[in-house]
Amino acid sequence: MLAKRIIPCLDVRNGRVVKGVNFDGIKDVSSPIDLAKFYNQSGADELVFYDITASYENRSLFTDVLKTVASEIFIPLTVGGGINTLEDFDRVLKCGADKVSVNSGAIKNPALIGEAAKKYGDQCVVLSMDIKRVDGKFHIFSTGGRVDTGIDALQWAVNGEQSGAGELVVNSIDTDGVKNGFDLELLAEIQSRVKIPVIASGGAGKKEDFLELFKAGVADAGLAASVFHFKEINIKELKEYLKANEIEMRV
Amino acid sequence: MIAIVDYGCGNLYSLQCSLNFLNLETVVTNDPEIIKSADKIILPGVGAFGDAVKLLNNSGLAEVVKKEAAKGKYILGICLGMQLLFEKSFEYGEHTGLGLIKGEVCPLSDDIKSDIKIPHMGWNSLCINDITDPIFKYTKNGDYVYYVHSFYAKNCDEALLAYSDYEVTVPGLVKNKNVYGAQFHPEKSGDVGLNLLKAFAELEDN
Repeated sequence: MLAKRIIPCLDVRNGRVVKGVNFDGIKDVSSPIDLAKFYNQSGADELVFYDITASYENRSLFTDVLKTVASEIFIPLTVGGGINTLEDFDRVLKCGADKVSVNSGAIKNPALIGEAAKKYGDQCVVLSMDIKRVDGKFHIFSTGGRVDTGIDALQWAVNGEQSGAGELVVNSIDTDGVKNGFDLELLAEIQSRVKIPVIASGGAGKKEDFLELFKAGVADAGLAASVFHFKEINIKELKEYLKANEIEMRV
Repeated sequence: MIAIVDYGCGNLYSLQCSLNFLNLETVVTNDPEIIKSADKIILPGVGAFGDAVKLLNNSGLAEVVKKEAAKGKYILGICLGMQLLFEKSFEYGEHTGLGLIKGEVCPLSDDIKSDIKIPHMGWNSLCINDITDPIFKYTKNGDYVYYVHSFYAKNCDEALLAYSDYEVTVPGLVKNKNVYGAQFHPEKSGDVGLNLLKAFAELEDN
């Protein structure tokens, strides 16, 4: 059967990874290429690169990184950050991305999902959502999770699927950074409404959090950044642990 | 030299990178003469069957690939390129394929009855029927490969080298003599995928 996926996310600014501590066997932890190789060898099922480059001029640094990673690492690569137009899709797909993640770009222009899905295929379009509880309801937040759009998140997920998104990243602002587990309540609400794969993000602090996520059956993949970058969780050990606990894993 | 047939369907960057990584000489081409002079041919593809087969036919490349296959040249179809090798497809209508492998391509949604997800996307393990086939020189039963597809090959038991289980039997690798097809993406399947590409490149003429 299909394995559950473990996905590290790398934030890249001006061609460098933003956070990370020393890893055995890597000289330069802020080199996206070295870190990507390390994660690949550890058994990461996919890599997400998030472009947080502030200026437009430095975008080429990001695509250079992407090209190098794609020429040396042969697992699926997802790219997000600054994706607002079909030209942005084109730019990163040509450099080796397999999937493109849209977040604020889809809020500004909801038609973007459908247009991209039509041009590049559903499998290529990932809708990434930053979600927070507001008065007992789930709202979509924009601009890196700072602005409440007032959009109902559960409906937004359904609309995204109908428009042609092939996958959803559900990032819970409420659990993000707390390291006390994924937002199972939110994930269950989303999972019950869509048929496309759901990637859980926000809240992973220990191996048990991933086990709880997959046992609950509310996500197809678990995504995290800092717990991997700061070596709090080793991906290889995590996958072996999950497999030993009867979660289907590629190990 | 391996010719990657470029008929306008999909992004060939990763595929070419993976072959270059293996130090294999490749050329991405739509030139019939180059395809004819190549040692082996890879037929890639992402997108819709109907559009792809039209592009292949209109460019004359379908005939070129069929002729080279008949001469005994090794061919590997990947993903949609694999599906194109079959006799026909029922992806949005009915389309005639290259007919190099017996079988047909049907929607997964016709046969999957539970609520498991379509597309079949992610890493699934390979159950190998015939481990003695040289394409598996570096591959083990149970190795994981990366799939992304909503349609799958059916009625192709004779050609079935390896499959994955996704409520239905999903043909992963198929073969008719010198013609191979992989439903998964070897260029995105990590070391397992690279090993399959390496074994394909090393296939020798009988």
